[in-house]
Amino acid sequence: MKIAVCVKRVPDMDVRFKIGGDGTSLDEAGLKFDINDFDAWAVEAALQLKEKAGAGEVTVISLGPDVVQETIRKALSMGADKGVHLKADRVPFDGFTIAKALAEELKAGAYDLVLFGKISPDSSNGVVGPMVAELMGVPCVTAISSLEIANGRGTAKRELEGAQEMVEFSLPVVLTVDEGLNTARYPSLKGIMAAKKKPLESKPAQLAEPQVKVRKLELPPDRKAGRIVGEGAAAVPELVRLLQTEAKVL
Amino acid sequence: MATDFYNIDSALSEEERAVRDTVRAFVDEKVLPIIGDCYIEGRFPKELIPEMAELGMFGANLPEEYGCAGLNNVSYGLIMQELERGDSGVRSFASVQGALVMYPIYAFGSEEQKRHYLPKMASGEIIGCFGLTEPDYGSNPSGMITTAREQKDGSWVINGAKMWITNGSTAQVAIIWAKTGDDKSDKSIRGFIVPTDTPGFSGKDQKGKLSLRASDTSELVLQDVKLPATALLPKSGGIRSPLMCLTQARYGISWGAMGAAMACYEEALDYAGNRVMFGKPIGGFQIQQQRLAEMLTELVKGQLLALHLGRLKDAGTFTPQQVSLAKRNNVSIATDIAREARRLLGANGILAEYSSMRHMANLESVYTYEGTHDIHTLILGQAVTGLSAFEG
Repeated sequence: MKIAVCVKRVPDMDVRFKIGGDGTSLDEAGLKFDINDFDAWAVEAALQLKEKAGAGEVTVISLGPDVVQETIRKALSMGADKGVHLKADRVPFDGFTIAKALAEELKAGAYDLVLFGKISPDSSNGVVGPMVAELMGVPCVTAISSLEIANGRGTAKRELEGAQEMVEFSLPVVLTVDEGLNTARYPSLKGIMAAKKKPLESKPAQLAEPQVKVRKLELPPDRKAGRIVGEGAAAVPELVRLLQTEAKVL
Repeated sequence: MATDFYNIDSALSEEERAVRDTVRAFVDEKVLPIIGDCYIEGRFPKELIPEMAELGMFGANLPEEYGCAGLNNVSYGLIMQELERGDSGVRSFASVQGALVMYPIYAFGSEEQKRHYLPKMASGEIIGCFGLTEPDYGSNPSGMITTAREQKDGSWVINGAKMWITNGSTAQVAIIWAKTGDDKSDKSIRGFIVPTDTPGFSGKDQKGKLSLRASDTSELVLQDVKLPATALLPKSGGIRSPLMCLTQARYGISWGAMGAAMACYEEALDYAGNRVMFGKPIGGFQIQQQRLAEMLTELVKGQLLALHLGRLKDAGTFTPQQVSLAKRNNVSIATDIAREARRLLGANGILAEYSSMRHMANLESVYTYEGTHDIHTLILGQAVTGLSAFEG
C-alpha cells in the first residue's frame, strides 16, 4: 500500500505571540516549531498500517520554505520512507491554493491512502484535506479516531457530539486524523541517524494566486482589571446590585 | 525553553536538536510523572529500561555496527543532560550502562566480546555495572586489593569486594577491575566481564541513602569467583584503563549536571512568577531576582562549557584534564543552583512534589562520585603546575 502523509510545521502554541512587522503574520523570532500534532498522529497511523501489513511505503509531503524539511525529516526519523518538499517562500493562508499544489503532487504519486491532520492550530481552517479529496476526485472522511484497512476497503470511527459514527469507504481515499487515533512515537536516536540517508526530494510548489489573504492580524484586547466591591458578607448586596444593573448577568 | 538564554540551540545541528527533543519528550512524559514517588520509595524505575533502550539511549555514541546509535559526543551529552533534568539516578543508570560497561567492552574487548555484549546491552537485554571502587579505596583506586589469579589452565579466580556500585543489584554483568600481579603496583590491573550469576558473586543493596534514592547502589562481594580465560578484557592494562572509562562518564556528567540545574532554575523561575507574598509575585523582589540572575549566569556558563568540551571530544582533541575542569565546575554550580532554587521555593521547596530538593540531594552524590570535587581540583593543580599533590 502506498501511503502519503501531508504534514505542516507549526509554532508551539504555548507561548505569548507577537505580530510581525507586516501586520498580517506572526513574528517568528523566538518561536519553537514542530510538526503539527494532528499530522504526527497521521504519520503514526501510516507507520502502523505499514508495519501491520509488513509491506508498503510511506511518503511525507510538506509545503513551505526550506525549514519545513526539518519537519519532513522528523517524520522520516519516526520511520517514514521518503519525503517530498514542495518549496514555497511561505505557506499561503488560502487553503485552496495549498490544496491545488498538493493535489497535483498526490495525483502523480498514485497513492492508495492520503492522510492529513484534521486541522492545524496556527491557521485553524481545517479545509486542505477535504479540498484535496475533491480535487483528486476521491472520497474523504474527516476527523477519524480509529482506522482499519483490509482488502481495499476501510472503516473508521468519527467522534460526534454525544455519538460515534462508524463509516466505511473504498480506496483510494483521503482521511483527516483526529485526536485519540493513536499516540505518536518518539523518533528513536537510530531513526534520527537513518533519516539523514533517506530520500528527500525538493521541488518548487505550483502555487496559484491566492484568493484569500489575511488583511490584518491582531491580538485580542487586554482584559480590563476586575473591581473589588468590598469584603465579606457585607459586600454581597452591592455585588448583586452591580451584577444586575451594570454587568446585567442576573 | 526559558533556560536557553544564550540561544545555544543555534549552536546545535538539526540532528543534535532532534536527539535532545526525543529524550526531552521522553523525560517529560515518562520520567517526571513518576520520579518523585520513586525517590520516596527508594526504587530505580526499571520499567523505563525497555523504552530507553528502544529509543537508543544506551551507548548512543558507540558505532551502529554493534547495535548502537552512532551519535556524536554532543548528542550523547544532550541525552545525559535531558535524563538528569529528570533525575541524577536515571542519568547514572545510562552513564554506567554506556560509558562504564559498554565503553570498556568496546575499547578493551575482543571482537567476539563486542559482538556478543554490545548489541544486547544497547537493547537493554543485558544490564551492566562497573566495579572499581572498594570500601577502602575510593579516590585512590590504584590501591585496590581485589585480586584476579590466573590458573594453570588459563582461567581466572577473583576475590575481593566493591562498593558504591550503581546498578550492582540490577546488573546481569559486571566489569570488575582487579590486580593480576602480586606486587602493589597498579600496572597489573585488568578488567573482567563477570556474569553476576557466577557462583561466589553477590550484590547487596546499600541501605539508608539520603541521595540518589531512585538509583540502585550496591556492594559487591566476589569470593573465589571462577571465570574462563575469555572473561578477561584483553586490551585492558593498568589503572589507565578504568580511568579512561571514567573520563567518558565524567564527560557525560558535565552535561548531566546542567540538566539538573536547568530543572531547578526553571522550577524556581516559574515559582517566583506565581508565588505571591506581600501582595506581589516574589519574583518582583530584588533578593529573588539576584538569586535567579546568579543561577542563570552560572547555568549559561556551564552549558557553554559542556558544549565546547563536546566539540573538542568530537574533534578528538579533548584531554582528561579538560573533562576534570568541566565535571568539577558544572557539578559544583549545579549543587549551588539546586540549593538556591530550593530556598527560593520556601517551605514548598522541601516537598517531593517539587524537584529542587531531590536534585539538591542527588547532586551531593554526583559531587562526590566519578572523582570527587577535591580530587579534580588536584588533577587541575597538577595539570597546570606539573607538580603532583597525590604522591608524597
